[in-house]
Amino acid sequence: MSPVTVQAPPPRPGAIKEEQPYIDPQKKRHTGKRLLGILVFWLVLWVALRGKQTLAVPNADTTSFQDWLTQLKVTFSNMAQTNWFFHGVLGTIADAFNWMVGGLQAHISSTAPGQYLGWFGVLAVAMWIAYAVAGRRSTILVGVVLLLLGLFGTWQTGMDTLIITIVSVLISMIVGVPVGIAMARSRRTSAIVTPILDVMQTMPSFAYLSPVALFFGIGPATSVVLTLIYALPPLVRITEHGLRAVSPNTIEAGRSLGVTRSQLLRQIELPMAKRTIVVGINQSMMAALSMATIAALVNGPGLGQPVVSALQILNVGQASVAGLGIVAIAIMLDRTTTAASERTEKSSSGRVGSVGYPGLSSKVIIERLPRWAHEGAGRGSVGHRLTPAGRRLLLGVLLVPVVIAAVYSTRYLQLAQFPDLSGTPLLKELSGTPLAGHINDFTDALVNAIQGLTNAFKNTITYALLNPLQSLLSNLPWWVMAVVLLATAYVLGGWRPTITTAVCEAVILAVGLWNDTMTTLTMTLVATLLVMIIAVALGVGMGRSRRVDTLIRPFLDTFQTIPAFVYLVPALALFGSSRFTAIVAALMYAVPIATKLVADGIRGVAPTTVEAMRSTGCTRWQMISKVQLPMARESLVLSTNQGLLYVLSMVVIGGMVGGGSLGYLIYQGFSQDNLFGKGLCAGIAITALGIMLDRIARHAAERYGR
Amino acid sequence: MAADHHHTAGYTAYGLIGAPTMRTSDGTPALQVQNLWKVFGPRAERLIGTADLQLSRKELQAKSGHVIGVRDVSFDVSPGEVFVVMGLSGSGKSTLVRLITRLIEPTSGTVVLNGEDITKMNDDSLREIRRKNVSMVFQHFGLLPHRKVIDNVAFGLEVRGEDKGARRNRAQEVVDLVGLQGYENNYPDQLSGGMQQRVGLARALAADPDILMFDEPFSALDPLIRRDMQNEVIRLHEEVGKTMVFITHDLQEALKLGDRILIMRDGAIVQIGRPDEVVGAPADDYVRDFVSEVPKSHVLTLSWVMRPPSGPDEGAGGPTLKDSQIVRDAARTVLEHHGPCRVVDGSGSVVGVVDEQDIMRVVVAEDESPAAANQAAS
Ligand SMILES: Nc1ncnc2c1ncn2[C@@H]1O[C@H](COP(=O)(O)OP(=O)(O)O)[C@@H](O)[C@H]1O
Ligand SMILES: [Mg+2]
Repeated sequence: MSPVTVQAPPPRPGAIKEEQPYIDPQKKRHTGKRLLGILVFWLVLWVALRGKQTLAVPNADTTSFQDWLTQLKVTFSNMAQTNWFFHGVLGTIADAFNWMVGGLQAHISSTAPGQYLGWFGVLAVAMWIAYAVAGRRSTILVGVVLLLLGLFGTWQTGMDTLIITIVSVLISMIVGVPVGIAMARSRRTSAIVTPILDVMQTMPSFAYLSPVALFFGIGPATSVVLTLIYALPPLVRITEHGLRAVSPNTIEAGRSLGVTRSQLLRQIELPMAKRTIVVGINQSMMAALSMATIAALVNGPGLGQPVVSALQILNVGQASVAGLGIVAIAIMLDRTTTAASERTEKSSSGRVGSVGYPGLSSKVIIERLPRWAHEGAGRGSVGHRLTPAGRRLLLGVLLVPVVIAAVYSTRYLQLAQFPDLSGTPLLKELSGTPLAGHINDFTDALVNAIQGLTNAFKNTITYALLNPLQSLLSNLPWWVMAVVLLATAYVLGGWRPTITTAVCEAVILAVGLWNDTMTTLTMTLVATLLVMIIAVALGVGMGRSRRVDTLIRPFLDTFQTIPAFVYLVPALALFGSSRFTAIVAALMYAVPIATKLVADGIRGVAPTTVEAMRSTGCTRWQMISKVQLPMARESLVLSTNQGLLYVLSMVVIGGMVGGGSLGYLIYQGFSQDNLFGKGLCAGIAITALGIMLDRIARHAAERYGR
Repeated sequence: MAADHHHTAGYTAYGLIGAPTMRTSDGTPALQVQNLWKVFGPRAERLIGTADLQLSRKELQAKSGHVIGVRDVSFDVSPGEVFVVMGLSGSGKSTLVRLITRLIEPTSGTVVLNGEDITKMNDDSLREIRRKNVSMVFQHFGLLPHRKVIDNVAFGLEVRGEDKGARRNRAQEVVDLVGLQGYENNYPDQLSGGMQQRVGLARALAADPDILMFDEPFSALDPLIRRDMQNEVIRLHEEVGKTMVFITHDLQEALKLGDRILIMRDGAIVQIGRPDEVVGAPADDYVRDFVSEVPKSHVLTLSWVMRPPSGPDEGAGGPTLKDSQIVRDAARTVLEHHGPCRVVDGSGSVVGVVDEQDIMRVVVAEDESPAAANQAAS
């Protein structure tokens, strides 16, 4: 890490030199020297004490605390029959969710004819809803995606995923929007809820699994609870942000007209924040879909299940078919909610691209779109061709064929059950099993062709970076590493992150997973490093050139909508089952957001500054290295912080495809009952690691980010 | 200089816009502000009555972190009057105007509107006052971007629960009045700044309030548009005759619109007077500096330049002028007459005479005045 140079601030205009001599407001920190000192201490002790007191534990060994947790789960599930809390409260909640999901499943995903809706009815209703909330293009998209799911032979699992996602988002909205409103109206509520949201958003998705399973067991209800909890924070946060961003001028004008509190909320604040809230729903929906697939590990219904079982037998083709289904659903949900938010253009108070998740805890990260990307978009002239009354009429008229389709789909087998296409030429190639075979053939061919390249890449990173660093982090006495982390936290961020680090270290030690945590940390650091190299390269290109931006941005947008779980599939296809695979998946997952933030910062450098520098005749490289990157420092720091959290989240999931360490322990906890406690502990350790990294990065950002 | 000649007895104030001030028969003011204070800060109430409030703004802020927004302000506004509050940015104008409808809570003092003390009201009655009696126009418009022009104008009526038909009709009336016909179905962001402020004006007028308050409504507009809008306010005042409290930092605007002007500095009143009083008899160097650039002949009336007749016959046979006439308007008559002219007051009795020299003194003095003001200041 390079030493931080303290720059003299530009002289203030009008300040007289004699009166106000320049005083360096920051004391010299010598960050570079101190970090170097830590490094020397670390290396020396590593050489001296290598291999001792590493706290390494075989996967199947458990501590007494872990066993106690395993036992606790048994106790809890016994109590679920009688105890007032487990039976009365949690049981009721679970029953309600199961009932809801079960009812919807009967109608939407089940294919038996009878009094339930068949696929044709579902298609008609879904398209009608899309037309009502989003418009024509979304309607076509919904139709295509649903047909595709049917074609793939994933109608039932696909619908299950949709049900879990949508039920959870609806409940999130019922809970989240009021909480967001309350937070916007009362500083105290905000001060109480914000830290909770912070922790929730720092927690990698995998870490939610075991604690929720501890209380709710496994099954559809658990899946809803997980998804709902995971989808809640972005919605609450963005709702609060949207309401707080309503112009005080408008609020005052409203007050001067004598509005009551509820009129203020309903007629001024909510309409003006509507667009932002819809963006929040979009974010919440994408988070929900991501979790709904991961919930396959706790036996949640949906497309996650075929992915998991295919990954277990390393069948890339099968995993891909289900993965494609998930991607199709993701694109459908994203485009539909985005179109719905663009519909509310009139209330737009700012252009919002998307909002980071998991968030840089304390603030909402609103991704600002480049100016040209929304120029003209949503400007008054684009009005709808139909009047509101006309639209309502049209929707009413369209309802007739929808109802007819729905009724018919309950009566005729062909309309109830998605037709079997194995006899149809061409189309049969696209249906589930043949398609999986084709994909397998293709990846085999591809992997064979580029094996030299992929292996070289994998080996370079593994031997040059991953192995040495892992040895350095985990193959030495735990206390050396603990001291190194504490010292780094102190040097980078002061005493506050140091205290957090100490607490998190204590937690990791207490759950007995120090060594595995260090392995996860290694992978996280390596992946973050790679992410930042790629992000800076792409981001600088995008920030400097509109052409590059138009070229790359659509890819990043698409990558961002894909749920984390799906990234495992291509990574596995290319690199087989190894630690490196997890790192590749993390790269794919984290690069888009990190790149966008870097591009944002580069673009944000004042054009006048760039022009002035150009007039001094500096080269392009000088411009980038001496002007644009230093001035975009805040975005770089932010991007690193986000990259780190995304990477951690994915590296853990990568435990399923050879990443090992904490992620694998969680996964193992669900497949082997006697190891549940250890899996739960792994979840706790991950959370502690996430909080520790986030706090160090945040405080460092405050110090060096401006 | 001319202050000695000035007399107030029986004087009828004529504003520059030519609208006579309407007084109700019993003479109750439309708005009465007494000893109004606003101190920003955590323990503002406790400061009232202590010696700390004698400190200057800066000292108090340094000492206790409290900021004085408005310092012991009292004034009356007559029905139909255009009352202008003027001061530099940060002098407390916005705070003052918001205290009147308690958009900001006063720290102490009273505000009496139509005989009722606003400061003692509960929330419900206060809301009624805001809905029916006082409307406000803001610098940054404060329009609702998600509503069409017509719905923005009708918003106040909607808030007080009028039914759709009635509020549409009323809104249409007001839209026509402010010259927005044809824009009813546009959204605010499709209009220029000037047009947006017309919407703000229409919204304020729609409720048919007793008092209109303007907080620097035209500061954000281009100079030409600003002039149009000022004329629009003058026209509206002639048509609807509402009492107006108008905030501005622009002296020209204050002189153009105001029947009376209150000049503020650091939250306190420096001077209250008619435009000619402010220009002709500035209360202190601060005000003098302010008005030094104003062409005096455009503001002062004859009563400021006339002298007592040297004998009962002086000016007899010449033209007779009113003492409330602006110097500039009377100049041609006096200069053409080549001799003293009689000046009469409202009741027709002779109060003085003016001749060419008296007129020239004012016109020529304009060139010297900045220098004179500088001298006075040093
Ligand atoms: N809410 C507030 N808290 C603290 N100080 C305030 C607040 N509002 C205004 N002030 C201070 O009161 C003074 C008067 O402000 P304002 O009434 O807005 O002035 P003007 O409208 O004349 O520009 C300023 O010094 C301002 O800083
Ligand atoms: Mg102001």
